[in-house]
Amino acid sequence: MAQSETPLLDELEKGPWPSFVKDLKMAGQKKAMSRDLLRQLELSYKERIGHWKHGGIVGVKGYGGGVIGRYSDRPDLFPGVEHCHTMRINMPTGWFYTTKALRTICDIWDKYGSGMTNFHGSTGDIILLGTTTNNLQPCFDELSEKGFDMGGSGSALRTPSACVGPARCEWACYDSLDAINDITHTFQMQLHRPMWPYKFKIKCSACPNDCVAAIARADLSIIGTWRDNIQMDPGAVKEYAGKLDIQEEVVELCPTRCMSWDEKKKELKINNKECSRCMHCINLMPKALAPGKDKGATILIGGKAPILKGAMISWVLIPFLKMEKPYQPIKDLALKIWDWWDENGKMRERVGELIERVGMRVFLKEMGIKPIPQMIRTPRANPYFFWWPEEVPQKPKSA
Amino acid sequence: MPTDIGPPDYHTMLPPIIARNYGKWKYHEILQPGVLMHVAQGGDKLYSVRVGGARLVCTDRIREYCDIAEKFCDGYLRFTSRHNVEFLLDKKDNLEPLLQDLKQRGYPVGGTGHSITSIVHTQGWVHCHTPATDASGPVKAVMDELYDHFIAMKLPGKLRIALACCLNMCGAVHFSDISILGIHRLPPSLDNERVPKICEVPTTIAACPTLAIRPDPKTKGVQINEERCMYCGNCYTLCPALPLMDPEGDGISIWVGGKVSNARSGPAFSKLAIPFIPNHPPRWPEVVDAVKNIVECYAKGARKHERMGEWIGRIGWERFFEVTKIPFTDKHIDDFTLSYDTFRSTAQFKYTG
Ligand code: HEM
Ligand code: HEM
Ligand code: SF4
Ligand code: SF4
Ligand code: SF4
Ligand code: SF4
Repeated sequence: MAQSETPLLDELEKGPWPSFVKDLKMAGQKKAMSRDLLRQLELSYKERIGHWKHGGIVGVKGYGGGVIGRYSDRPDLFPGVEHCHTMRINMPTGWFYTTKALRTICDIWDKYGSGMTNFHGSTGDIILLGTTTNNLQPCFDELSEKGFDMGGSGSALRTPSACVGPARCEWACYDSLDAINDITHTFQMQLHRPMWPYKFKIKCSACPNDCVAAIARADLSIIGTWRDNIQMDPGAVKEYAGKLDIQEEVVELCPTRCMSWDEKKKELKINNKECSRCMHCINLMPKALAPGKDKGATILIGGKAPILKGAMISWVLIPFLKMEKPYQPIKDLALKIWDWWDENGKMRERVGELIERVGMRVFLKEMGIKPIPQMIRTPRANPYFFWWPEEVPQKPKSA
Repeated sequence: MPTDIGPPDYHTMLPPIIARNYGKWKYHEILQPGVLMHVAQGGDKLYSVRVGGARLVCTDRIREYCDIAEKFCDGYLRFTSRHNVEFLLDKKDNLEPLLQDLKQRGYPVGGTGHSITSIVHTQGWVHCHTPATDASGPVKAVMDELYDHFIAMKLPGKLRIALACCLNMCGAVHFSDISILGIHRLPPSLDNERVPKICEVPTTIAACPTLAIRPDPKTKGVQINEERCMYCGNCYTLCPALPLMDPEGDGISIWVGGKVSNARSGPAFSKLAIPFIPNHPPRWPEVVDAVKNIVECYAKGARKHERMGEWIGRIGWERFFEVTKIPFTDKHIDDFTLSYDTFRSTAQFKYTG
């Protein structure tokens, strides 16, 4: 038997977890590009270093983003990956598919690309991994004929994504899928044509469990919540009492200690005024407890990864906003934020970093939003604060 | 060709049982690891079977998913926010045959409840030019080792693992229970012949978080103050003449204690646990051991429902380093400051006024 060209990677075909090496080999049976992708990866495993050249600006007509250009730094050894660009295709909201739609994408990608994909990129897109510059336009043309459009990249609105929401979750406090789908369609211009200081991401989770991690992975994080009382079915609570130690697992883990449990009467009480809607009790007793009826979302701003000034988790901007079609208030807010950021942001400055630089007070004033204690964990501890000129009696100007 | 059409209408992708009961779900149960049952107000029952995937998959793999979905699910399926596949059934009779079929094909069913679900990860040596490690390889190696935690629900709480191959952190590493992060340890090698030709000098200078880069009047390129450089690689992202990948210098750091959900405690960043482990492809044995050790210490020490960060918060970091036997170093002590932590980075608050 001939010796394998990829002894190191072959090791990763073993073991119980699905192996990407098997998939690379499967694609490699049809496509020279995937064969060379595997061979180049073997070299990286041997040398413990990557073999992709820096960047590369390629795309399709009419759009400024959506394609990540890639070139091998060893085209002499791996001619199949001399060009090896990624196309980001906007997934259907919630990542629901018919097999017909998936087969369509596969057929088009087999025709123009490497046959390798990511299902999905962390922002949410379908990642079509590896094609040549010449194939980008015809591939995109066929995809768009079949109803698929490019996702975002560069200094633009990136592909928005949502948790599974009302499609399959009893806790959804608004329609996260409809909201994201609507927002994505409304802002196609901002998504396809980069024109901002840097990237901007929007994510919708329909309750504070935050299953798309909106608070940490989006500049604008829209997290479902409610304003009235947790809905309770006392009979169902009693049923849980046998299976669950309600005192220890629910009441004592409530972060605001606003619940009480009467073991004799099997009665649970919630002081809803003190509840911070963390979801813990609802998570543990889904048959007995549910979010309230007056539902909406908390809007948070600023989430991002460490580059440049350190990682940020989004913070509260609007405690409660109704999320109803056509989502005008949130769209107006987004437009206002983008205008201000566009005007004031430095090159490659995320909106969270801009707010940190100029101060929340300036941002809130620009947005016309009133400061409230829900925005902070704690008031400032240093005395270096500013006054607006109109708040202070001005000294007469000397003549 | 049409442009600006956006994603296809997701309604056209919903199984009829979901379209019918959209927004009308009453409760759910985890029937067994990897199998959820959602019950609608009208009594309809939806069964979801969650299957771990490699994320980096070929078209024939997707066609195989399609075959399965056509055989058992009327041609409907979905993917999750952690790159798992979910087969959606409205007929309970199909559940056992589907599970049998998946078993035969060797697909892992799990990732629900208090388990370790799929690892959110990035491009690595497969496709990016700035990685300090690979993504797909370490993920496969770690999941092979932790496989039993994917197919069972025997941990105190949910345990999310994420990997990024450089500190751009494309994905979830800054807020996961355990994070695997590629890092460099050597400053960029500077090619001032090329810098003025292929890089925009002011943006390159502005790319540095520690202000280590200055213009170099002589060459019209830049100077790097190596004592200030912490090898983040952001200048290379902007300027191809500043490469910093190095087989000996590059490796993996491990972070712990992050979370995004608001349940009990609010969202939290992952914090540094292990500053450096060398890259040892193809199986990264030291990384696998380190992750496994942390998982085992957590499984032993944490109380029911406690996430990694909550457990550490209760016992204290000094005890965490003691029980995991991870050496504490000067690298663990932060020397890069941010004042923003007085903002409320959580959806927890009370309505007032
Ligand atoms: C240099 C080449 C880079 C490559 C090949 C790359 C690749 C990717 C890919 C494929 C995704 C998933 C995209 C999607 O689903 O649409 C992604 C997401 C992401 N990228 Fe990058 N990236 C690069 C540079 C950067 C830089 C410079 C930063 C930050 C300064 C960055 C931060 C992120 C973050 C935070 C996400 C995840 C966002 C989320 O969780 O939704 N990336 N990247
Ligand atoms: C009705 C109950 C729930 C539904 C339908 C639901 C739905 C989902 C789905 C479909 C995913 C992707 C899962 C995967 O890829 O493996 C997910 C992820 C997640 N869920 Fe849930 N979930 C529920 C309960 C919870 C609970 C109780 C928590 C927290 C205590 C939670 C927090 C999260 C988080 C943090 C993620 C990961 C997000 C990410 O990193 O991508 N979810 N959820
Ligand atoms: S974020 Fe909330 S509503 Fe959305 S899927 Fe998760 S648990 Fe359900
Ligand atoms: S949602 Fe959280 S804060 Fe509110 S009662 Fe339940 S456990 Fe307590
Ligand atoms: S984490 Fe870094 S190396 Fe990995 S894909 Fe993102 S930018 Fe590239
Ligand atoms: S690697 Fe990072 S810290 Fe070092 S010079 Fe470049 S930008 Fe600055």
